[in-house]
Amino acid sequence: MIKFTGVTKDYPKTGAALKNVSFHVRKGEFAFLTGHSGAGKSTALKLTYLSERPDQGEVRVSGFSTSRVTGREVPLLRRRLGIVFQDFRLLDDRTAEENVAFALEVTGTRRSVIGPKVTRVLTQVGLAGKAGQYPKELSGGEQQRVAIARALVNDPLVLLADEPTGNLDERATRGVFQLLRDINASGTAVLMATHDLDLVKSLGGAHLVELQHGSVVFDSAEEAGETETAAS
Amino acid sequence: MTLVLRETLNAFRRAPLLSALSITTIAFSLFVFGLFALVAVNLHYAMGSVAERVEIVAYLKRGTPIETLTQAMSDIAAIPQVESVKHVTEDQALARARQELREFQDIFQALEANPLPASLEIRLKPQFRDAQSAAAVADMLSKGFPFIDDVRYGRDWVEKLDRLRNIAGAVGFVIGAAFAMVSMIIIGTTIRMAVLQRTNEIAIMRLVGATDGFIRLPFLLEGLLKGLIGGLGALFLAWCVYALIDNNLNFSAMFFTTAEALVGVAAGGVIGLVGSLFSVGRHLRSV
Repeated sequence: MIKFTGVTKDYPKTGAALKNVSFHVRKGEFAFLTGHSGAGKSTALKLTYLSERPDQGEVRVSGFSTSRVTGREVPLLRRRLGIVFQDFRLLDDRTAEENVAFALEVTGTRRSVIGPKVTRVLTQVGLAGKAGQYPKELSGGEQQRVAIARALVNDPLVLLADEPTGNLDERATRGVFQLLRDINASGTAVLMATHDLDLVKSLGGAHLVELQHGSVVFDSAEEAGETETAAS
Repeated sequence: MTLVLRETLNAFRRAPLLSALSITTIAFSLFVFGLFALVAVNLHYAMGSVAERVEIVAYLKRGTPIETLTQAMSDIAAIPQVESVKHVTEDQALARARQELREFQDIFQALEANPLPASLEIRLKPQFRDAQSAAAVADMLSKGFPFIDDVRYGRDWVEKLDRLRNIAGAVGFVIGAAFAMVSMIIIGTTIRMAVLQRTNEIAIMRLVGATDGFIRLPFLLEGLLKGLIGGLGALFLAWCVYALIDNNLNFSAMFFTTAEALVGVAAGGVIGLVGSLFSVGRHLRSV
């Protein structure tokens, strides 16, 4: 599903963000990417949705490889991913419903299909009653639910979440996290970057990859002897 | 396609103030250029009417047989630079002199014989009304036709006209280019502002898998529309100024022809389109 093999990423100004990173997120898995801020979590996610390309090594995502994929193919990859951010990234001048529909519209989905799909995902995230409200009229937790609905509406194979609870209070955090677990339970893989260790601990048995200064210092899958070696 | 149109119209609806502001900016910067173009068109027209008076007069020797003259006139008319040839007889010359030079009427009355020679009045085609062409034709006439006594074309006057035309052309070109450049920069900046305002939207479109072409299209359409509307606004403003001058000053001004006006409005559209293309292109690379 997502496979990092010996990935190194340097930024000219700030230096190496990732150093020889390898890990493997399998189909249907719930995986955490943890570490302090600056450990390279966001860079790893950016490499996954191909906003960045590795300087060395290879990232494979759902059949696309960073060593072969062309610029034109990037949108096709992104349609198979759902992406959620700490700061929600909603369009303030559109209602919750329109924000979700936007993700389908820009991929050329027929209008007759869009309506029912949007209603379905908004119901799934528990916002069916607030479809017509603008982001400003919603709480932080609700805004993140809209963002998750937008990420889900294209039926992604994997949901990437970059500190999705970072801007939320405890109650909203629990709600959003539960939603992500439900999504995972219905078969969608989730790769979540977070520095909230309480959340990580609350989900026993999840795949955990810990980064420190750009290197993998712990991989629960490798500990368990499940992951193939980076060289394979 | 309907989505692209809807997105374009939504852009106007969602940011009416910015849209109105950018259209106004485009309209005014094109208006400034339009005013200059209007002045240029009128100057050109005025120069053209002055140049119409460039004329070569070939004075004929007395007693030139009319057959020779007829043949010569058709030969002269065949010279590429020549538009028309007119024969003025001695009597016509005298009649004209009497009419035009009233202060010398007494002298003309006292004449026993007509001192004025017959002549051929040769008009040049508009593109040849300059010193060089006039001199060339004059030379051809005095050398090629033995019955022609003298050729005059107001050399000094034509040369001055030439110089004036050259200066007007050069100044017009430089100022016009400067105005056009300023308009383009202003319009480009305005369009870029509109794109910057929607950085967030572009980033989200990319994240959810919109293709670059899909992202670009509404912006291009928006730029084109703004340019066209701005162009129409500029045309309207220029027309107001023209009408004001034409009605209130004792001066009959020229306005753009329909074709010129259409080219102007289309230029607004093209500038809007190109401005958007550059702004969005830069943005797509950076997000």
